[in-house]
Amino acid sequence: MQNQEILTTWQERVLAASAAGQVLRIQGSNSKAWYGEPSAGEIFDTRALSGIIAYEPSELVITAYCGTPLRQLEALLAEHQQMLAFEPPSFSEHATVGGMFAAGLAGPRRAQAGALREFTLGASVLDGRGQILHFGGQVMKNVAGYDVSRLLAGSLGTLGIVLQVSLKVLPIAVLEHSLRFEMRAQDAINALQRWRSAALPISGSFWQDGQLSLRLSGGEAALQAACKQLGGASLAHANQFWRNVREQELAFFTSQAGKHIWRLSLPANAPYSASLGPQIIEWDGAQRWLCLEPEASQTQAAQLRHLAQEAGGHASLFRASDTNIARFTARPPALAKIEQRLRQQFDPAGIFNRGRMA
Amino acid sequence: MLTAPKPQCPLPVRQIWNAYLCTLSLAPNRPMSNSYERRQQVVQALQAVLPPNALLWREEDTRPYECDGLAAYRRLPMVVALPYTEAQVQAVLKTCHALQVPIVPRGAGTGLSGGALPIQDGVVLSTARLNKIEQIDAQARTALVQPGVRNLAISEAAKEFGLYYAPDPSSQIACTIGGNVAENSGGVHCLKYGLTLHNVLAVRMVTGEGEIIELGNAALDSPGLDLLSLVIGSEGMLGVVTQVRLKLLPIASHAQVIMASFHDLVQAGDAVAAIIAAGIIPAGLEMMDQTSVRMVEPFAKAGYDTEAAAILLCESDGSEVEVTDEIARMTAVLQSAGASAIVVSQNDSERAKLWSGRKNAFPAAGRISPDYYCMDGTIPRKRLAEVLQTIAIMQTTYGLRCANVFHAGDGNLHPLILFDANQADEFDRAELFGAAILELCVEMGGTITGEHGVGIEKINSMCVQFSAAENAAFLAVKLAFDQSGLLNPDKAIPTLQRCAEYGKMHVRRGLLKFAELPRF
Repeated sequence: MQNQEILTTWQERVLAASAAGQVLRIQGSNSKAWYGEPSAGEIFDTRALSGIIAYEPSELVITAYCGTPLRQLEALLAEHQQMLAFEPPSFSEHATVGGMFAAGLAGPRRAQAGALREFTLGASVLDGRGQILHFGGQVMKNVAGYDVSRLLAGSLGTLGIVLQVSLKVLPIAVLEHSLRFEMRAQDAINALQRWRSAALPISGSFWQDGQLSLRLSGGEAALQAACKQLGGASLAHANQFWRNVREQELAFFTSQAGKHIWRLSLPANAPYSASLGPQIIEWDGAQRWLCLEPEASQTQAAQLRHLAQEAGGHASLFRASDTNIARFTARPPALAKIEQRLRQQFDPAGIFNRGRMA
Repeated sequence: MLTAPKPQCPLPVRQIWNAYLCTLSLAPNRPMSNSYERRQQVVQALQAVLPPNALLWREEDTRPYECDGLAAYRRLPMVVALPYTEAQVQAVLKTCHALQVPIVPRGAGTGLSGGALPIQDGVVLSTARLNKIEQIDAQARTALVQPGVRNLAISEAAKEFGLYYAPDPSSQIACTIGGNVAENSGGVHCLKYGLTLHNVLAVRMVTGEGEIIELGNAALDSPGLDLLSLVIGSEGMLGVVTQVRLKLLPIASHAQVIMASFHDLVQAGDAVAAIIAAGIIPAGLEMMDQTSVRMVEPFAKAGYDTEAAAILLCESDGSEVEVTDEIARMTAVLQSAGASAIVVSQNDSERAKLWSGRKNAFPAAGRISPDYYCMDGTIPRKRLAEVLQTIAIMQTTYGLRCANVFHAGDGNLHPLILFDANQADEFDRAELFGAAILELCVEMGGTITGEHGVGIEKINSMCVQFSAAENAAFLAVKLAFDQSGLLNPDKAIPTLQRCAEYGKMHVRRGLLKFAELPRF
């Protein structure tokens, strides 16, 4: 089918679903089905609409259809020495651009480079009224209309079917070098704040079990100067290591079947709390992971959320099965009301990934 | 920016515009009339919630609030409120909501698109007195500030910690952070350091109904829909900001700038693309055409090459080794791209001198022309040469000169249309010329505003860039935050009726597709 035919078919299907109140479960390769609240409904597979629409390296922008394999997009960028600087994890070699955009997750480079929302330039969406709407564009600076394309980024498909996105891309650094330090958690958090204030070219940080790993990116002279200043030992097989970090392929995440993975999003300099149990610390301290037995997760959920909020952040139950614990922290009533009204506008019949972001 | 107001113009655009402005104060469900009684009622209600010196309603007091940087459009507000605290902001909003009085939030009034133009039967809510820097957390590299704090004041306060706030709009001496949030302001360094959106972590604001909400937090993300992105750049239509949490960056220890001359606009445009393609993200990347250079040089004496068709300013910042390395790489790229001359600053005073011309482009325009109109469109960089060539031809069509300065790194073009408002119809021709440039930007795959906002100025051009359904979605977004539609109503989002009227006007004047202009 030609893309136009696909879009027409999709519009008809959405209109029919809206009329019948049939909930649709939008998915690409289904690689992140576990993320967010469980959502029922008829599967709406987006992979038919696939392909790179526009890419010009010197414009620093790539535009692709939702069903495009993320791997294909990243391979094309890499051919031109460019990348998605927020390093989205894919969780599968089949992950799609649409799924990545809907999930809004970011990898180790997040603290330095920014998140998906900061690289989103435009998006087109099929809304619950069957309308195709275009927001933003393919240029870096654009303040015409509200920034709806960024609202769509990370909205877990709850506002509509994102058809295509335009993302800002960045050059891959000339060189990368990784270091490892023996360091206690609180010392690592403090050191990371100090190093960040000293404008060192740190493009990734990861602490676990008394070891801090650092990735540096930049020109040769800058890296040499930074290494000299920092000390530490060289980290072997660094590329593989950071890939594992990005994809959560380390034992902390993979070898604990049945456990609950919690994600704490905190101010980077929030004090380390050893009492919470073994943790992974990323993003200079702004992202911390916990792994809990389901029972402990159940009893500690409210307290974790409270602690995170007190510190100025929030806690999410990132990965778990068969639980009634809310995945995301509930928003205050005034915000929940605004979210509700926005959903009402984009999806009046409530058919898109209903409840996934509750 | 439209200088030198000419309140009365005879041509149809102005008549339609005036007719439209008149309808604003007659919108249904809003008690109309700017009668003495209505003013008394609103003043009394606000007096009950504000200290005595926080309310202005006599004409001599409200006159300074009649316009913002788009000074050609002026209207006296009914009342001006100047609250000192968030609680007072909330009280003003609740009172206005109860009385159904429209509110126009205002920072320093430096905006260039008329976003702070008052409404005749409305209240202007100035954030000028909410001007405290509440906290600078040097370790976390964040600042917590009230909306009336000036952009530059934040960097000045952070300096002792070796930190600064990156977005640097040209009005940064005067403009406030609340206004920056409203417009998603940029500056000359945003290719590398981002816009306001990239440098704001959280916003606390009061909704039209008087509820206090917090979007974002002290961490890097927050649960739920990304409402913070909607609010940044929302032109004061979704809420009144009362507190902003900003990201601060370490001050770079070194910076150097290159000035490169080109005999040809296409070459200059290609050089910009070549720098990016070489994997370099310069701290600043600006272009000026010959008209701008010749306009600026006698005034700023920056040492610009007045024989060049265009000059590029390319800045590098970072540690000494980083800067040395990047300047060498950029120089090589510029040379192979055909630069006819290259000058590299050797110290900070030379750097400041090279930037002084670019930073004085707008005042220089004011020196050589009685009035000028600053446009603000963004285009894909690769279309630069054809856009500039088309603008050159439009100069003949509209009988006005245009100088072009360009944030080349991010494709944001600022054509300065030179005119004399005292000449019969030059103001109107300037406006038509401006609208034509914006439509050209859309046609080239760009946008009608890169950083100045839509306000009232580009509301017609919204009809060109967005469909009726998209504009309806924007309206719904507004109503999700502001159900009564009282916050800065009738700005930025055109009604269906308005777009229809604009379309008719265009057809009538035969300017819709600029049939007389060649396309490249």
